[in-house]
Amino acid sequence: MTTSAVRVTRAEYCVIACAEAWRDNGEVLASPMGLIPSVGARLARHTFSPDLLLTDGEAMLVGPDGRPEGWLPYRRHLAMVTGGRRHVMMGASQIDRFGNQNISCIGAWERPARQLLGVRGAPVNTLNNPVSYWVPKHSTRVFVPKVDMISGVGYDSAAAAGPSATRYHRIPRVVSNLGVFDFATPDHSMRLASLHPGVTLDEVGEATAFELAVADEPAYTREPTPEELRLIREVIDPDGLRDREVRP
Amino acid sequence: MTDKTMTPEDVVARLSSGMTLGIGGWGSRRKPMALVRALLRSPVTDLTVISYGGPDVGLLAAAGRVRKLVAPFATLDSIPLEPHFRAARQGGAFELVEVDEAMFMWGLHAAANRLPFLPVRAGIGSDVMRVNPDLRTVTSPYEDGETFVAMPALRMDAALVHLNRADRLGNGQYLGPDPYFDDLFCEAADSAYLSCERIVDAFGDDGGSGPGGVVPQSLLVGRYAVTGVVECPNGAHFTSCVPDYGRDEAFQKLYATTPWAEFAERFLSGPDEKSYQSAVQSWHEEQK
Repeated sequence: MTTSAVRVTRAEYCVIACAEAWRDNGEVLASPMGLIPSVGARLARHTFSPDLLLTDGEAMLVGPDGRPEGWLPYRRHLAMVTGGRRHVMMGASQIDRFGNQNISCIGAWERPARQLLGVRGAPVNTLNNPVSYWVPKHSTRVFVPKVDMISGVGYDSAAAAGPSATRYHRIPRVVSNLGVFDFATPDHSMRLASLHPGVTLDEVGEATAFELAVADEPAYTREPTPEELRLIREVIDPDGLRDREVRP
Repeated sequence: MTDKTMTPEDVVARLSSGMTLGIGGWGSRRKPMALVRALLRSPVTDLTVISYGGPDVGLLAAAGRVRKLVAPFATLDSIPLEPHFRAARQGGAFELVEVDEAMFMWGLHAAANRLPFLPVRAGIGSDVMRVNPDLRTVTSPYEDGETFVAMPALRMDAALVHLNRADRLGNGQYLGPDPYFDDLFCEAADSAYLSCERIVDAFGDDGGSGPGGVVPQSLLVGRYAVTGVVECPNGAHFTSCVPDYGRDEAFQKLYATTPWAEFAERFLSGPDEKSYQSAVQSWHEEQK
């Protein structure tokens, strides 16, 4: 079987793009939030990052077969964050050009137009372990010039806050339904790293409310291998829940 | 030995308006809901609530009992956004001290250890500093010279927690996968009230290695930190209290989608916890 014989869905490219976030991470906890990041983390664990640690979504660390291998209640989880042996992929209701993220509220914090979750662990996550982001619907409402409540700390805010904030701060990537983005620019502003096959530069530009750095020849998110496709479709997400998060 | 058993009404009689109240559990998990419901039946109001927020926050906010909330979030877990917390915030109903999850934890540790604060690498660089102008930083006195947030102790007048088992003296046992922070809540409070699924004469028969077959680590809350014990079967409903029961998802959905006045009238207007439990049971029977 070759991949060219099988149509790869957009959701599956997103899975690959999320899985790649955890490549070469070693023995750290992969904390995915959202369905496609979860499929991605498990795919990475099954294939190129076998040393990753995964939870059952509650307090247990589990192997790929779901068997417990450790205990991670919230108190130990929060300690693991500050110890740095973790790479989380969080959601973002808003994210800006320097990677500041908001999951707290929309509008003025004092009396928000829309109260969301609250900052949760975004402030501690971003200062202590790598934090990537997942946005299932890339739009100008999410990719904004300025977020309303900085929950996850971006590069400019960390720099302004000083060395204690920048010491362990890193945002490896942002994955959306349109592409992969990183901050590998001189001023750490967001850059298009790859487009998912089938997406155009114009689509990304129109869905982003700030100027993105773009390479002259944009790359494309890589194809899944036949084995990866089999794992995604038959082992990790046989019910195809990924297609509900990102429509084919 | 002091028998500390009491009723939910006894607990609430010891609380008063204007108090700072810590509530254990996490999100929609093992919340001391029966004690919160007893609070709703009382006139106690004007509360400062400290919580990893779930429907405890939603209920108290909807009933207008909260003056100030200290929390990193409020969520129903399977329903990400807590509807009454949202409505209250959007209506400017209470003051919010919004801190990060780890800042909150270190605030509990500081309070339990009688320290004014503990340093934490969290908050700086984020708008947590903008919306909490009273937060201070502290600089390491050692060579590194790093600057951290000095998270103030989250001291509370009273704490409410719910565990699976307890004895009459106030020792509490959790049987689920996560202790959350219930021991710290008790230690951070001047008075702590522990509700439980069942009061036992002795702990044990859990297949553990301790005397009598107890799992030693399951004995989370010590009686030295507990003022009162209340037996409340199904007392965390509709939040989860595994392994005794999981979250009542159907009922939680009803809570999240029913106008507050209608929900309160049907389920919270009775004279005691028993009337709540039977109203829930009737509703479930109607769904069959």
